[in-house]
Amino acid sequence: MVSRNYGTRTIFALSSGSTKCAVAVLRVSGPKSAFALQQICGGLPKKRVASVRKLYNPVSNELLDKSLVIWFPGPQSFTGEDCAEFHVHGGPAVVSSVLSALGSIPGMYPAQPGEFTKQAFLNGKLDLTEVEAVGDLIHAETEAQRKQALRQMDGDLSALYSSWRTSLLKCLANTEAFIDFHEEENIEDDILESVSAKVTLVNDEILKHLTDSRCGERLREGLNVVIVGEPNVGKSSLLNSICQRPAAIVSPIAGTTRDVVETALNISGYPVLLSDTAGLRETHDPIEKEGVNRAINRVLSSDLKIFMVDAAKQANLLSGDVELSDFVISHMDQIKLISKSLHLGNKDLHKQMDEQEDLSSIIIVLNKMDLLHSSEVSKFLRENGDTVCAISCKTGQGFDDFMYKLVEKIKILCGDPSQGQPSLTHSRHRHHLNQCCFHLTQFHDFLSHDVVLAAERLRLAVREVGQITGAVSAEDVLDVIFRDFCIGK
Amino acid sequence: MLYDVIVVGGGHAGSEAVASAANMGAQTLLITMNLQTIGQMSCNPAVGGIAKGQIVREIDALGGYMARVTDLTAIQFKMLNKSKGPAMWSPRAQSDRMRFAECWREQLEQMPNVSFFQDMVQEVLIENGKCVGVKTGIGTTFRAKCIVLTNGTFLNGVIHIGEKQFAGGRSGESNSKGITKCLEQNGFISGRMKTGTPPRVDGRSLDFSKMILQNGDKNPKKFSFSETTTPLKVQKPCYLSHTNMLTHEYLKEGFERSPMFNGSIKSIGPRYCPSIEDKINRFTDRESHQIFSEPEGWNTAEIYVNGFSTSLPADIQEKALKTIPGFENVRFFRPGYAIEYDYFPPTQLKHNLETKLVENLFFAGQINGTTGYEEADAQGLMAGINATLKAQEREPFVLERDQGYIGVLIDDLITKGTEEPYRMFTSRAEYRMLLRQDNADQRLMPLAHKLGILNDKAMAVLEKKVSRYKELISYFEKTSVLPKDINPVLKKVKSSPVAQSDKLFKFLSRPSVRAKDMINVTPVKSFIQKGKYTDEEIEQLEIKVKYSGYIEKEKRNALRLKELSNIKIPKAFNYSNIMSLSFEAREKLSKIRPNTLLQASLISGVSPSDVSVLLVYIGR
Repeated sequence: MVSRNYGTRTIFALSSGSTKCAVAVLRVSGPKSAFALQQICGGLPKKRVASVRKLYNPVSNELLDKSLVIWFPGPQSFTGEDCAEFHVHGGPAVVSSVLSALGSIPGMYPAQPGEFTKQAFLNGKLDLTEVEAVGDLIHAETEAQRKQALRQMDGDLSALYSSWRTSLLKCLANTEAFIDFHEEENIEDDILESVSAKVTLVNDEILKHLTDSRCGERLREGLNVVIVGEPNVGKSSLLNSICQRPAAIVSPIAGTTRDVVETALNISGYPVLLSDTAGLRETHDPIEKEGVNRAINRVLSSDLKIFMVDAAKQANLLSGDVELSDFVISHMDQIKLISKSLHLGNKDLHKQMDEQEDLSSIIIVLNKMDLLHSSEVSKFLRENGDTVCAISCKTGQGFDDFMYKLVEKIKILCGDPSQGQPSLTHSRHRHHLNQCCFHLTQFHDFLSHDVVLAAERLRLAVREVGQITGAVSAEDVLDVIFRDFCIGK
Repeated sequence: MLYDVIVVGGGHAGSEAVASAANMGAQTLLITMNLQTIGQMSCNPAVGGIAKGQIVREIDALGGYMARVTDLTAIQFKMLNKSKGPAMWSPRAQSDRMRFAECWREQLEQMPNVSFFQDMVQEVLIENGKCVGVKTGIGTTFRAKCIVLTNGTFLNGVIHIGEKQFAGGRSGESNSKGITKCLEQNGFISGRMKTGTPPRVDGRSLDFSKMILQNGDKNPKKFSFSETTTPLKVQKPCYLSHTNMLTHEYLKEGFERSPMFNGSIKSIGPRYCPSIEDKINRFTDRESHQIFSEPEGWNTAEIYVNGFSTSLPADIQEKALKTIPGFENVRFFRPGYAIEYDYFPPTQLKHNLETKLVENLFFAGQINGTTGYEEADAQGLMAGINATLKAQEREPFVLERDQGYIGVLIDDLITKGTEEPYRMFTSRAEYRMLLRQDNADQRLMPLAHKLGILNDKAMAVLEKKVSRYKELISYFEKTSVLPKDINPVLKKVKSSPVAQSDKLFKFLSRPSVRAKDMINVTPVKSFIQKGKYTDEEIEQLEIKVKYSGYIEKEKRNALRLKELSNIKIPKAFNYSNIMSLSFEAREKLSKIRPNTLLQASLISGVSPSDVSVLLVYIGR
């Protein structure tokens, strides 16, 4: 018979599949469930009854969501332990904020793959006839999460985490070599100093990564999308079409929009801050001049730019006489010229602009297609369809295509939660990296007093990174030691 | 007659196996090819070292003899790693090679239920899947309930010196034939391993004034917890010198004739015990390597040239050694050599060191792919105990990874196997702060007592020791000290002073405060004097206080893993038709056949999700 009190950890996770549905279910299981409920919704709701509660972050006291909360005292619960469920509003930002609130409570851990099911099984909540199916379920669950983790880990992020693992493994190996061999072998006396310096370096890098993770921030705070272009090309009409309400005043008079008009939107599940800006042109009107100034600043700080042009005025581009990238460059140059004439120009600003001429964060919208024959632009669109759309704000022609392309760009910039659960894995990574940094800081505190205690911290730090990149075994450490040191008599 | 236990081989593993079996009341027979070489140190004349010293202390706590024999024959003692935390302090001794062997034989001969026989065992008798005895070279058959094989480097041993190779189990001794073939016919898989040893030279030909003196500790301690031995009063020094670029040049001249480089040695040697040719070949930027001259005993001129393990031709060995300061006129007793031998991958064993294929047959020592006297001895002890338990129809005795380095050693061998000669390092032990040399008695003596190896008297001594030490700790936990009494101490060690009274324990747990600083504080002084607490007891207190947080954490962690170790996997469990397991996991699990989920989880290639799947299938 399997022990019943196997679980002493309290675990939490998003248990509904995707963050994009209307309601997402977050589950907590373990002895600290009641404590978590008290911390997040200020008290224990009536057991086994769905209650509406406001959820707060226990550290910042920030209001996170108003949601259904259910308290299941064990053993009559899914896992047999004390459990809690939060039915929060769907959407990555809310889910991610509640997960990180749960993670901030001491003694709470993000669930390992399959851990809820395992817990349920261990506490006798699944009967024998279910065993076969559950085996496959656990497998499927972990497979999906593994693939998802891999997807997230593709490319730069994976390389970054691996480089930390390699660095820390080397630090650990050097420290272990000092402990096991320094007395009898030729191990340099200053080896611990170089370990210490390396640990500081890695710690700083991880801390920087933890505070500078743009994808996560975009999800939490919203993606900055700005509509930019010359006066009277239809920027405000586009904003209104996207908002499906007249948030911006539209008129045929060029220069109607003076200030930046901001609208917070939910586009396909993503939080977006959409800005309409003053038309860019040289002007002597001091108010309009300030508007242009603000528009340029907004363009520079944006994540995604919608360049709007009057199709009727761009014959060169449509006929293929001008390359698309050249067009973008010349358009940016034009903005630069304007900013110069506005005395905004400084070197940094222009350098920043040059670096931003990247088509992945740009959509070019050709407006006023109702004034052209579609045959005139069809070839051009076929060739540049990823970045260019042709619409008519007046007739609504091409608007669906534009929205599709806009969502695709947003997905790329935020990371796509329908491709898995980035907020979940994100909070797991964050948890382990935070723990890793904690241990690395402690490493320094102990190093001068007892190298064994310091080494223990390094072991723990490596273990945390190993939770993301794959475990580090005693053999891995020995491999590095024997590769780097001439050990043995 | 029917013996309870037969031990084949009289090295470190064999001698300890005989001793533990006999102590547990087994009628025990030791069969060895040469009764003159019982307890022979075939390599360096030293016992202990980092991680290994801890093992020797554990062997002693479990009633083994290695610590006692070492203490009685030591010529020098050092506590290594004194400058690091107490968890890593490791005892090491140089021993008198001849006295060491003599002492071992004396210990065994004093046991009335031990018999001896000199011959080569050529065949293991197996009937109905059970081992029932052995057959020797002259055709004599001996029968027993359990058999322990400790063949060391003798199975089909081949010695290499330069281009010369000849059969041998150790320098000047013949090898052992027959057993490997016999076991292979019964389905065992064997492999080849390699190890080496340096030259022995005439101390009268060395100029020690050109070397660096290496003395033992000023206040030497000892290995054994028992009061039958005492620390050394007189010690003999070792000497340190270094190789140079000329040495390396001469050595390189011999590379073409080196069995390591010309392909005649194919098997894997240990990375951490490289030959001198390996060192200069792999670390080309190193201009010098350490060479230790270690005396072989009190009354012999023979010197063991530690650091110069080699299988290069004898003339090259001599030419190169002569370039080292102090060795200019060196005369050889015998050259260094490499030896290749058969071993049996230890994944073929159960945790009690009994083979999975043949019941009542146990393996211990280098036959399992380990290296080192201490590693061999520890396995001999555990195999001797378990063979006896089996003969007496009792439950097996298995140490867990959090109970001792011996537990780590055997668990690593059985669950992970080894591809190079396995040596213990502290980094292999996840609970090394628990597994200290100072507390081996507290960790293991109660277990030995339960098994009947340790008598009530020894247990009473331990209990008294533990209770005194608990009194001391509880005094520190309960007693408050005034700022005026503690602040001078804090000031002395540059720790911030306090305005209010607090518990002694709290102050001692500050990183820079040492116990020796605290014992002169007013109330403490009188308590220590009244209770007559020794330096050792005060040291124990300090360790306990400094490590308390970690030890608790390690214990909790160990407990969590133990939950997994409590979940046993049925012996006949069929992994191959569980498709939810990864292919690699299915293959490895079928091969290694772990006993518990914890063991399964430690196998490389078995992922946490595989463990979850197993959990579900095995569950209830």
